[in-house]
Amino acid sequence: MDTIAAHAWVRPKRELGWLARLFDWKPFLIVICLLPAVGLLMVFLTYPLGLGIFLAFTDTTIGRRGVWVGLENFQYLIEDKLWWNAVFYSVFYTGIATVAKFGLGLWLALLLNNHLPFKSILRAIILLPWIVPTVLSAIAFWWIYDPQFSIISYLFTDVLGWRTTNIDFINTPWSARWSLIAANVWRGIPFVAISLLAGLQTISPSLYEAGMLDGTTPWQRFCYITFPMLLPILAIVMTFSIIFTFTDFQLVYAITRGGPINSTHLLATLAFQRGIPGGQLGEGAAIAVSMIPFLVFATLFSYFALARRKWQQGEGDD
Amino acid sequence: MASVSFRDVRKNFGSTPVLHGVSVDIEDGQFVVLVGPSGCGKSTLLRMLAGLENISGGEIAISDRVVNTVPPKDRDIAMVFQNYALYPHMTVFQNMAFSLKLAGAPKEVMEQEVQKASKILGLDQLLHRYPRQLSGGQRQRVAMGRAIVRNPQVFLFDEPLSNLDAKLRVQMRAEIKDLHQRLNVTTVYVTHDQIEAMTMADKIVVMNHGRIEQAGTPLELYDRPANIFVAGFIGSPAMNMLAGRISQGAFVDASGTRWPLPSGHRAKDGAEVIYGIRPEHLRLDPDGIAARVHVVEPTGSETQVLMRVGEATLMGAFRERVTAKRGEALPVSPDPALVHLFDKTTGQRL
Repeated sequence: MDTIAAHAWVRPKRELGWLARLFDWKPFLIVICLLPAVGLLMVFLTYPLGLGIFLAFTDTTIGRRGVWVGLENFQYLIEDKLWWNAVFYSVFYTGIATVAKFGLGLWLALLLNNHLPFKSILRAIILLPWIVPTVLSAIAFWWIYDPQFSIISYLFTDVLGWRTTNIDFINTPWSARWSLIAANVWRGIPFVAISLLAGLQTISPSLYEAGMLDGTTPWQRFCYITFPMLLPILAIVMTFSIIFTFTDFQLVYAITRGGPINSTHLLATLAFQRGIPGGQLGEGAAIAVSMIPFLVFATLFSYFALARRKWQQGEGDD
Repeated sequence: MASVSFRDVRKNFGSTPVLHGVSVDIEDGQFVVLVGPSGCGKSTLLRMLAGLENISGGEIAISDRVVNTVPPKDRDIAMVFQNYALYPHMTVFQNMAFSLKLAGAPKEVMEQEVQKASKILGLDQLLHRYPRQLSGGQRQRVAMGRAIVRNPQVFLFDEPLSNLDAKLRVQMRAEIKDLHQRLNVTTVYVTHDQIEAMTMADKIVVMNHGRIEQAGTPLELYDRPANIFVAGFIGSPAMNMLAGRISQGAFVDASGTRWPLPSGHRAKDGAEVIYGIRPEHLRLDPDGIAARVHVVEPTGSETQVLMRVGEATLMGAFRERVTAKRGEALPVSPDPALVHLFDKTTGQRL
């Protein structure tokens, strides 16, 4: 009798409540899952960007709501020598620093990819410049470049005796420009080196073995195997690096504040200078907006020139 | 065209020895398979021959030239890797022509050689594709094509079929053997699969724990395994091994069952031995030993039956269709001429 009773029992069909059904409904789920991210982006990204672009077309100053002036701000910038100066230095700064960062970063990544003693400690140490807050490293460089107390000057004059006077790092335009680039390179190398190291480690060692059997020299292995295989990640890292360098603000503002005689203004520092201390919000916003075309161009260049390779794309015929 | 000799070859990784003095001679044009469980040192031996690992002791010679310090590219060898190691950013043509390009060959030579190799392997239609656009079997063929283009004296294969599915593996197995018969180049092939070894090799070298257990033709290894390891490794399903002793002209297992002995065996009366009989060498015999049926596995062409005699399990493979049910008695008897006896302590053949 017992067994019959057991067979007679049927698993009851559970009715879902309205709440459970609502959470099973896909459109509702999509909205609810996207809401936090979209909300944050709207408040902290879209709104400031939109406001910035709007301000660029007004003559707002601090304390006075501006009126719509159309392209007047931009017309003014075209005739502004300081703006052209900042454009030149932004491009120069980005160009030289990127080349140096990638040259040294790739070299460092290749070194770290070998079997070295204390490898993981070395990798951690290399990340240090990137972990330190930018402003702190900028202040450190400020001291390194100090006309009176510079440790480099001390080394060259008092210790080695190669010079009789201190080096003037940041008080003449060109040496200030190069000094800032050096500081930026120092800060940027870890990011490039660690990213490229990650890329190097995805290359199968058997490719190098196959290369050895095929008769490659170490240089040929770099040219024919390492470099082409690294190109995709190189393109992405370069895009990021260019964007970060072009929009750099902290290093320059903390070390030189755009001086001497405005020679080291980047577009970002000039925009800040005009907008906040100078009070010309509309004009500052216009300078900031003028960076957008450069960034779009740099991104598109990296993306199309370097990133897309047929061999990476999926199956199927070409 | 070359012979290969390993003379007392040793390899240590740090202080851990992985090869303890391996000596093998491979004749010109021979297809030799190094087989053994993973970690037995077979791949290391192959990589030492290729020049990808240095040699801790002993000598490796190709065509009587000692190559211990010769760099890989000058050893006149070509290797097919387990993961194929095709350059993903090069087309099939560029992959195959790469070694010629490095050697500075003119364009016509490159095209001619690649055409020749791709005809042999049926790759003519795929030359402009990238490795990513190929199937596993096609990639395998490209890897072989790259080796052929180099026109080496020795082909090395490092578990080339282990990334393919079962059906393709059987097909590629036949293709590689066919290729060897056409080109007749000395080949060293590493695998952990004894069926690959049996079907392809002129000579099999069975390795275990960095030592050679036995070297010989496939049928020699099957018919006269030198020790328990080879006996258990070669053949599928694996050989049955029963522990017991010799007593009054028969083998007595732990449960006291008496088994017939081969004529002319060298085991002394009372000796502790291992009694080996292959599943396919058991017959259904009404007068045989009664075994209890455990599991019946019909494969169509034969029936494999897992049985128990006392505490010992016994696998039988019969041509007949066995309909016995679990727990029923199935009388079987071994073919005495095909029984193998091994020393229990040394594991060597008696």
